[in-house]
Amino acid sequence: MSKISMEAPAAKTGAAPHVVYANDVAPLRVLSPEGEVVSPEHLPELTDDQLKEIMYRMVFTRTWDERAINLGRQGRLGFYAPVSGQEATMVGSEYALTKEDFICPGYRDMPQLVWHGLPLYQAFLYSRGHQHGGQIPEGVNVLMPQIIIGAQILHATGIGMGFKLKNEKRVAITYTGDGGSSEGDFYEGLNFAGAFKLPVIYFVQNNGYAITTPYAKQTAAQSIAHKALAAGIRGVQVDGMDVLAVISAVREAAEIARNGGGATLIEGLTYRFKPHSMADDTTKYRTKEEEAEWSEKDPLVRFGKYLAKKGLWTDEDTARVKEEAKNAVNEHIKKAEQTEKMTVPGLIDSMFEHTPPHLEEQKADFQ
Amino acid sequence: MAQMNMKEAIRDAMRVELKRDPNVLVFGEDVGKVGGVFRATEGLQGEFGDTRVFDTPLAESAIGGLAVGLGTQGFRPIAEIQFVGFIFEALDQMFVQAARMRYRSGGRYHSPIVFRTPFGGGVKAAELHTDALEGLAIQTPGIKVVIPSNPYDAKGLLISAIRDNDPVFFMEHLNLYHAFRDEVPENDYTVPIGKAKVVREGKDVTIVAYGLMVHTALKAAEELEKAGVQAEVIDLRSLVPLDIDTILASIQKTNRAIVVQEAQKSAGAAAEIIAQINEKAILHLEAPVLRCAPPDTVYPFAQIEDAWLPNPARIVKTVNQVLQF
Repeated sequence: MSKISMEAPAAKTGAAPHVVYANDVAPLRVLSPEGEVVSPEHLPELTDDQLKEIMYRMVFTRTWDERAINLGRQGRLGFYAPVSGQEATMVGSEYALTKEDFICPGYRDMPQLVWHGLPLYQAFLYSRGHQHGGQIPEGVNVLMPQIIIGAQILHATGIGMGFKLKNEKRVAITYTGDGGSSEGDFYEGLNFAGAFKLPVIYFVQNNGYAITTPYAKQTAAQSIAHKALAAGIRGVQVDGMDVLAVISAVREAAEIARNGGGATLIEGLTYRFKPHSMADDTTKYRTKEEEAEWSEKDPLVRFGKYLAKKGLWTDEDTARVKEEAKNAVNEHIKKAEQTEKMTVPGLIDSMFEHTPPHLEEQKADFQ
Repeated sequence: MAQMNMKEAIRDAMRVELKRDPNVLVFGEDVGKVGGVFRATEGLQGEFGDTRVFDTPLAESAIGGLAVGLGTQGFRPIAEIQFVGFIFEALDQMFVQAARMRYRSGGRYHSPIVFRTPFGGGVKAAELHTDALEGLAIQTPGIKVVIPSNPYDAKGLLISAIRDNDPVFFMEHLNLYHAFRDEVPENDYTVPIGKAKVVREGKDVTIVAYGLMVHTALKAAEELEKAGVQAEVIDLRSLVPLDIDTILASIQKTNRAIVVQEAQKSAGAAAEIIAQINEKAILHLEAPVLRCAPPDTVYPFAQIEDAWLPNPARIVKTVNQVLQF
């Protein structure tokens, strides 16, 4: 163990050596809003088919989101948290991982679960309040969506520790929002990951609002990425409307984690185009100007322009994927609706591995 | 057989399971090199290495969350919460995340975790070190609650808890760690969770207790015997699941009962036990079932804790109330 030094570090540029300073941070950006590559050194290596697959997933996710909101209005879905605007952080971060990597989501992070292998009808069942929604198929490495903001951050930390203990080159990733980065569990998770050097990626999708509370009222931190400093882990900020920047940042963090380099906190700057859930009115806390400004940064538009220039994507492709997504949503919502309902005895039997006598007795009242 | 106090028996249970199953992990604050503030894990890190038995940073919610995450990956964590009052920092992870994992995932994941914590009064500890918080746990679906009263049971129950595929809140009474020694087998054995034990037979009244209060009740039973009253004393050993059958069998014989608890009087284990007695044995009762418990205040500062806690005299008084009803 190193001794605690009482010597001041060499002072830089006249700064007081006993005061900690944080440098400014600028988000990693690969594509300009016009779809031009602005930092080729960060351009992730992707085949044309992979690039098309990423766009396919983003368009699919946008369409699914729009359909889900309608299904919610029709009463065919329950609690649903819209995702439009956040497709680059969601689709991109999942795409940068392998299927062996493990996802611990917040409740808005359904797209990552579905693209990691959770059947869409199960995502719908979760929203409809059916237990089968959380019955993750064997081999799909995800947890169910988390409702308690921040609790999943600690689960990912534990799962990352499990990978490390088993010497598996796997990574756990967890998601929260700008609001979630105020939770005690967030700091505890980052600190544990630093202390144990765990293979975990903490991805904060900073969409500017925790339901209605804006970033400025959430924290005085210069950025959420800066919060990594206190935990002694890497902190990275990325343009969350740029899917290639997201993939680049997550791939790099995963590579470092797999090779024993520890955890990274990634802050993706993004925007939720729709309300927090089906129940709030964005006009009460966001201006029309702000919404218009962000809609110009639409991650689908930016990536679409890049692909169009490469001759990989056309408006017809978008129309085709939208149609495909609509059909898939129809098919999966039907499957969800046709799934046999939960029962109270079934609920009782899911409390413990072996149902104890008092619950057996209580079950009899429902049979 | 060896002579062990309860702390040594608890340590021995962890040793047996660490040796038997490579997925068993022990972690918490200061549990490694030093072996915990009570030395319950002393020597385990030396024997099993610091990847099996390790210190964590000081954050109880993260200790709980780490256990939940590890539990989904095939590990069997034994997470120590250093003192019972610190579980408040970990309640979400213990009572929501671990307790609901099986239900929320429809059985895809579970939480084979033991949350060990010392609790219990009478040792003049600092604030929030001694509260009896089992009532919070028994109202929480999905977590078992085990409270041993002696070294033999402590080892056998803890081994059962570690092997259990559901989370167990394992509460170790501070005043029992070093109180006395018992014959405890050095090999592995289990005491099943959910089976109470009649620790003293009697025909006149039933005294239901758990943890340290079993011993307080036994002292009261001795006093009662001098007055010609034969009290039957039941050691519950676990509150979830609750062995109501053993209580009912006793009441069918004695027709009178009291419940002793170290936790505040209202809405706790005693209230639940009395409710179940009412549901199942009302016609066997000659008197209402009474509680001998502290008042509904916060746990007192050390100066008055002895006056606050149930003692043999108050148990005798409560028994006399049901006898004279």
